Amino acid sequence: MVGGGIRKLLTGNAAAAWGARLARIDYVPAFPITPQTEIIELLSEWFDDGTLRGKFVTLDSEHAMLTAAGAAAATGVRVFTATSSQGLVYGLEVLYTLAGWRVPLVLVNVSRGLSAPITLGPDHNDVLAARDTGFLQLHAETCQEVVDFILLAYRLAESPAISAPVLVNLDGFQLSFTREAVELPSAEQAERFLGPFQPLHPGFRHSHPVAQGVAVLDGATYSYFRYQLHRAVENAVEEFSRVAAEFAATCGREYAPLELYRADDAELLLVMIGSYATKAKAAIDRWRAAGRRVGLARLRLVRPWPAADLQRALAGRRAVGVLDQNLSPGLGGVLYQEVAGAVAGMANGPAVLRSFIGGLGGKDVSDAEFDHMLATLDAARPGGPPPAAELLMTQVEWRQVARSLTVAGKQEAVSAGKEGGEHAGSA
Amino acid sequence: MRVAREHFHNLKELPQAEPLAPGSPLCAGCGGLTALRLIHKVLGENVVLVNAAGCMTLLATFPYTPLHASWLYTTMGSAAAGAQGVRDALDILIASGRLPAEENLQVVVLAGDGSTLDMGLSATSAAIHRQLDFWYLCYDNEAYGNTGFQLSAASPPGSWTATTHHGTAQRKKDIFEIWRAHRPPYVATLSAHDPIDLAEKVARAATLRGPKLLLSLAVCPTGWGFDPSLGDEIAKLAIETGIWPLKEARDGVVRHTYRPSRFRPVEEYLRPQRRFRHLFTPQRNDNLLAALQRQVDEYWREAT
Repeated sequence: MVGGGIRKLLTGNAAAAWGARLARIDYVPAFPITPQTEIIELLSEWFDDGTLRGKFVTLDSEHAMLTAAGAAAATGVRVFTATSSQGLVYGLEVLYTLAGWRVPLVLVNVSRGLSAPITLGPDHNDVLAARDTGFLQLHAETCQEVVDFILLAYRLAESPAISAPVLVNLDGFQLSFTREAVELPSAEQAERFLGPFQPLHPGFRHSHPVAQGVAVLDGATYSYFRYQLHRAVENAVEEFSRVAAEFAATCGREYAPLELYRADDAELLLVMIGSYATKAKAAIDRWRAAGRRVGLARLRLVRPWPAADLQRALAGRRAVGVLDQNLSPGLGGVLYQEVAGAVAGMANGPAVLRSFIGGLGGKDVSDAEFDHMLATLDAARPGGPPPAAELLMTQVEWRQVARSLTVAGKQEAVSAGKEGGEHAGSA
Repeated sequence: MRVAREHFHNLKELPQAEPLAPGSPLCAGCGGLTALRLIHKVLGENVVLVNAAGCMTLLATFPYTPLHASWLYTTMGSAAAGAQGVRDALDILIASGRLPAEENLQVVVLAGDGSTLDMGLSATSAAIHRQLDFWYLCYDNEAYGNTGFQLSAASPPGSWTATTHHGTAQRKKDIFEIWRAHRPPYVATLSAHDPIDLAEKVARAATLRGPKLLLSLAVCPTGWGFDPSLGDEIAKLAIETGIWPLKEARDGVVRHTYRPSRFRPVEEYLRPQRRFRHLFTPQRNDNLLAALQRQVDEYWREAT
């Protein structure tokens, strides 16, 4: 047992702040947005009382915040920042910019559904809008993972083989405001695992002028830089395992890019990301208790996409279901498409691959819905084109929506919903 | 009438060093480039230019840069936030002993009027509010020049742009006053036509800590429609007609650094430029010409 840490009851947000604190960050440009605010409130407090040295500064928007973050990282300090939802997409342009600058900073996103309609509840459309930016993405299930992933993230970001920004995602409300027991690495452990920031390139300074972010006006050169970023991000699959092994040796917790839960002999496998995996595991336990061979594959690493891990994990399964807590209108689930891409053409790929959409905008994924997904996989037979994504909603939830529609004077929508409804489960 | 000068009295006193090498993808006769060159001479080489999308973005085009100084292209809307990040990081590195103080740089935002007056205004207003120690150099060519000269908030009334074919209806957004309302230590308008006034202002502001705006008219042969050889003449007419006042505000107090002893008619400035041609042909628009003259007259009646 590798000891030395302290156990604390922390929300996901406090865990994120602690992760940044243990990483001994120099600089936090900030902008408040629900449900991320507790992170920056704690960090500002620690800068104010001298626990953290450097600077905390409130910007006027996430677009500006991310620009300041990248510019500071390019100048040579260790930078942390955090946002959510509208803030992430408001700053989306800058995410591409920072990845292009290859600056090794860490950004926490506290997932929240996107407007319109504006909402506060979590889903993954915000973070998946950033999937093509060149940021690495780590997705936490627990508050413990939030702390640990931030430390891992700095190692990955600052690795000479990668040198790219990293996004650590935690789900709003379910994780950001949920207290869990967290084993905090001690300052010594954190320092042993993550040394001081040593920039790969000298930043802006008098004796060494540099031009960064310069225009490229031909496609071949542009392609070269994009390919280079792609290769660097790909390197993070291997680097993750190396860095995670060091983390395990220092702090005693092991992490693989893809977590497999009771999957060894599973015929039916669910694939997903995020905090609802805790509920998925409970469903797996229920089915296992009934003697059914079911399991879970949860992606911790979403960028780079651990395709080889997925191929190994999905090979030979009777049926695999992907639960997407996001919706690409007119396409379906984003992760489903990526999983399908990973196993396409495999001789021993899963015989059935199904797509489920659930948990949008903070909607629960109930025990009944997990049971429904597993039952659907169990009943599915190979052959034919894959059916469209199934949109999950329980009867109880539908009745609640119907009540609101009625109050809003939209009875015709209620009748249409009854006729064409696709409501799974019966909680 | 000119105000007294402390630092520069004639062209020979301007720094000889050239911070900007010849050769760049910018248009021939670019007034913004001349202003940058002159300002940069006085600032010296220890600067990092933080650029917003605009004409000047083409200065550094991989693998070339005409600048001896450092450069960071950001986005169109957030150059001032980029300046914040660089400034803060340099301060942190120096304060923690990781960077010797002699490595310090002056942080200079370089942005056109499109970014400055509209998209970049939120980030800039916030940076001034935070009293960030930085320079902001705006080259005002009175339109979105780099994209083919579409209307910006700086396009003057009556002027053609690629999106106002019958002439711009509204007046220029007054960025000098918008900055001044934030009470920064220094705000000035400049013109490359008057390098001594320009250099004097940069030198005067250099002793001040905080946000400093240098707003330069940037004559634009391509967009305004005149032969590049006429650039300085157009710039001169902008000053002598009173269209482009040379002024500064130190801690909010405005003074004009030059007042023409006899104002030339505004028409003389407008007539040589293709963007104002529709005011003269096929029919002379007497009403609008009189209105434009009246706007200038009214400005100077109230000028301090």
